[in-house]
This record gives sequence, C-alpha cells and structure tokens, in this order.
Amino acid sequence: MKRDHKDSGARDGVIPPLSDRRRAFLVAGAAGALGIGVGHRPTKAAGKTPTQARIVIAGAGAAGLAAASRLSQALDGAKITLVDARKEHFYQPGFTLIASGIKPTNYVVSSTREYIPSGVELIEARVAEFDPDGNKIVTDSGQTLTYDYLIVATGMTLEYGLIEGMDENLIGKEGIGSIYHSPAGAHATWQSMSAFADRGGRGVFLRPATEMKCAGAPLKYTFITEDYLTRRGSRSKAEVVYNSNSQALFSVPIVSEKVRMLFQSRNIKVNYGRVLKAIDPGRRIATFSTSEGTEEQNYDFIHVIPPMRAPAAIRNSSLPWRTGAWAAEGWMEVDKGTLRHVRYPNVFGVGDIAGVPKGKTAASVKWQVPVAVDHLVAEIAGKRSDALYTGYTSCPLITRLGRAMLVEFDYQNNLVPSFPGVIAPLEELWTSWVMKTMALKPTYISMLRGRA
Amino acid sequence: MKELDPTILLAVFQEMLGPLLWVLLAIVVLGTAAFLALLIKERKLIARRLVLSQALGVLGGALALVLMAQVSSSGFTDAGGPIDWLLIALVFGLGLVGSAILVYTVGGWWSFRRS
Repeated sequence: MKRDHKDSGARDGVIPPLSDRRRAFLVAGAAGALGIGVGHRPTKAAGKTPTQARIVIAGAGAAGLAAASRLSQALDGAKITLVDARKEHFYQPGFTLIASGIKPTNYVVSSTREYIPSGVELIEARVAEFDPDGNKIVTDSGQTLTYDYLIVATGMTLEYGLIEGMDENLIGKEGIGSIYHSPAGAHATWQSMSAFADRGGRGVFLRPATEMKCAGAPLKYTFITEDYLTRRGSRSKAEVVYNSNSQALFSVPIVSEKVRMLFQSRNIKVNYGRVLKAIDPGRRIATFSTSEGTEEQNYDFIHVIPPMRAPAAIRNSSLPWRTGAWAAEGWMEVDKGTLRHVRYPNVFGVGDIAGVPKGKTAASVKWQVPVAVDHLVAEIAGKRSDALYTGYTSCPLITRLGRAMLVEFDYQNNLVPSFPGVIAPLEELWTSWVMKTMALKPTYISMLRGRA
Repeated sequence: MKELDPTILLAVFQEMLGPLLWVLLAIVVLGTAAFLALLIKERKLIARRLVLSQALGVLGGALALVLMAQVSSSGFTDAGGPIDWLLIALVFGLGLVGSAILVYTVGGWWSFRRS
C-alpha cells in the first residue's frame, strides 16, 4: 500500500492502518465470495473510555448506525442518541440489482431497530433544526436535544421537483425509471427497463450536475440496459445515449477514459455538457441544458437521476460550506481528512452529507466513520488522534450482467486497488461481480453492527 | 494481509450464511475428524473406494459451480480474466475435494457398520 495513512498514535492497536483494514475488509468480502477463510490472530480491542458525554447522531442510515455501533463499543457511560424518523433501513448499494432484475425488492429492506446497539437510544423523529452555536438540535416533534458532540449523518435529499415536469409518482410509468428513489422505485424502474429491452427504441441516460451518491450507478445502469437489449435481441432496434453533465464520464480520469472506451465498443452514444432540466412524459421528450442553450431528446426509456442536495434542516443551518461549489447544495463544511466540522469542533459530518471531494457511497462511510469516531473518542480521552481519511471509496462498476470492474480510488484520483496484480481495477471480471452480488451486503451489515 | 482480523471474516460469513455457517463448519470439522479416524482405523487408503469417491467428487465440484452460479446470479461463462478462472478452479476444486473426502469417509464407516 502506497498511500500515506497514519494510525492513531493516541490509541495504538485499536485501529490498524486504514489501508490494511481496508484490505482486510475487502479480503473478507472476497474470501466470503470465494468460500474460503483466511485466518490470523485477532487484534485485541482496547478497553472502553469512561465518559458522561452526550452524543447525538442525526440520521440512522449507514453512517449513523455504523457510528453508533463504534461509539458504543469504544465508550463506557456515554449517552448516545440516534435521531431518525424512518423505521426501515435500506441497503442502497442493492438498488441497482433490484433495477436489474437480479434481486427482489425485499433484498434491500430491513428495519433500523435491528441495528441499534444496546444502550443507544433511538428517537423516531426528523431533525428540524440544527443549532451548533447552542449545541442543540430540535426535532419535528418539538423535542430539543442538547449535546456535547454531534455526528451529522442525515444523508441527502433527492430533488425530483427541480426537474420541470418530473414527479416521483411517474417512476415506472411513461418509460421513466429512477433507481435511486426507493426499493419500490427501483423495482418499477426494472419493469420499465425490461419492457424497453423487449421492444427497443431510444434509451436516454444521464446524471445530475450536483454532487451525487454513487456516481458509478448512472454508468452501470446504462451498461446493464444495453446488455439486456443485446440479450433480448433488441439491440439493433435500439439507440442508447448517455448524457454527461460535464466533459467527462467519471471524476477519476483513468476510469472516465476506460468507460469511454467501453461505451464506444458497445455503441453507446455520449453527449457531454447535458443537464436534464425538464421532462414531458406525455410526449416523451426530455429537455437538457447545453452550453448553447437547450436541447430536446425524445426517449422510449429514460433513467432520471434527480439533483441531490443537503436536507433543508442542514441548508438552513450554519453547518454548510459558506463559499465555493458546495455552498449552494448545502454540504457540511468538514475537514476532508478528519470529517470534523471546520467551524464547530464538536461536530462531525459523515456519509453523504459530508462536503468532501469524493465518494458518497457505502464504501466511503466504511472508511469515514472509524476516522471520525477515533477523533471523537480521542478527544473525550484527552488525547489526540492522527487517524486520516484519504478519500478512499470503491465502486463495483457493473459493465454487464455477470461482470464488473472493481474501481477503487482516493481524493487524488489515484487508483488504489486492494489486490494489485490480482483483481485488476479496470478489467471486467466475474470475480468483481461475485463480490458485488454475494459479499458486499454481508460486509455492509457487519459495518452497521460495527463488526467490519 | 498481515492485519487481517478473523473476527471481520467471521462477522461477514455470519451475515452471509446465518445459521448455515455453523452447519457447514460442523460438517467440515466432523467430516475431517471422521476421515482422519477412518484413516487411523484402516491404516491405508482403500483404492476402490477412493476411485469411486473421486468420481463422485467430480460431480460435487460441478455441483459447487452450479450452486455458485445460483447464488451469484451469474456463471463461469462470465469469466473475463485470469482471476476468474482461478476462482472457478477454486470453487470446483473445493467442491471436488470436499465431496470426495465426505463420500470416502461415509463409505468407509458404512462398510464397517455392515461388516
């Protein structure tokens, strides 16, 4: 491993170097997929840090639950409160598989409660107001919670309403799909896409101009749809068009170039600098903004990915970036290496809400949460942590049913393969598909429980 | 992989297989113990039984590949690179060796019971 990781000097032995842990995590996944076990002496956990600290975690999604598990493992006596109104938990990396007809809807649905560590309180409400100056939050039921430390893990909101004519009730109708919406939305998308794959026609794909979760998914779904058209003998009757919001297909140049090559070989047309502005479901016309104005594209199937931004409660608070590209979308102004808020040192932002350059994915969560928790726990213990998040994230970029490229990268756009020379990052492999379909969900669930 | 923590592996396998993990582990442990006990008792490998169990082991290997295809919604026809062929060989090999040992062991103890 070449990257510049540092272990926590304050809590030696608790968290091994990130690169090694990441590899262990992926090895676990790979080994699970391969049906083999790799044995080694366990690292002994250090004792818990005693404290009376009140810690509020806003949001009980992947990041919030993983943080709660790790904090409850590391602290003794802390009052940890999770706040989230949603009772269901969604394994979001599985949405693509539902929309590809590979997994049923219930594959991604479980309940938040089953991951709440003992001793952690869950308040089933939405955070309506953040007041980091007063060290408190207010829920939509009017309850005020004060804290010593706040971990913000609210996730983001999908803004379908910012596309004129678009309504989330249209998903699954009029040739409109959107895998991001929900498990039911992903299933409805599968039905629309499957019908399109039978008939052929014009398939339109795109991504929003905002920051987004799993930037690989728009590409994956384009590949998968093209694959279904081919498998069902409709490819010759179909046109597949991908509209990129920028001049690239992916933020990591080497990956972007690889995808460009694959798109070319699969006869997927690419338009650059197109952002979906409006949709007319009746006429099946999508209107994109271009550098020269607007452009209308007809479609028989369109995969709509809405603009994404921070939830209103965050945007209306003093937590977001105040300048720069992320101010308007409301992402939290955190240090990209520690996830600690730049202006409020007792506040951390993890997961999708973090205003950091890369990765709104479950893999990012996996590597962000231990770093943020390590800094928080070290502070409680009166020590200093050197734990650093390097921006590592990964994307099993499905290129056809049965094959994926295991793309892993960091803030610097470096490829950081966990198995250099074994699993090539830009090679379409069955092994990577097997990891995606078999090993990632168990690994993700282990992460929620603080066990991976 | 010097930092690989088996508790992570265990956690992932537990999430993946649920109670089946313990059943499979029990089969592996008990099967291996029964095989070793049989070897000690017989003090040699019985060629005829070995050939039969190896032949059935080939079926076991094929079954392992079919099972893998089922659970991964894909199959060995999707192989795209060397690691894929290695994985296929590994799955087949584990299926073959595992079922051959199991058949050999069960066959051995069965013949003891009958005699």
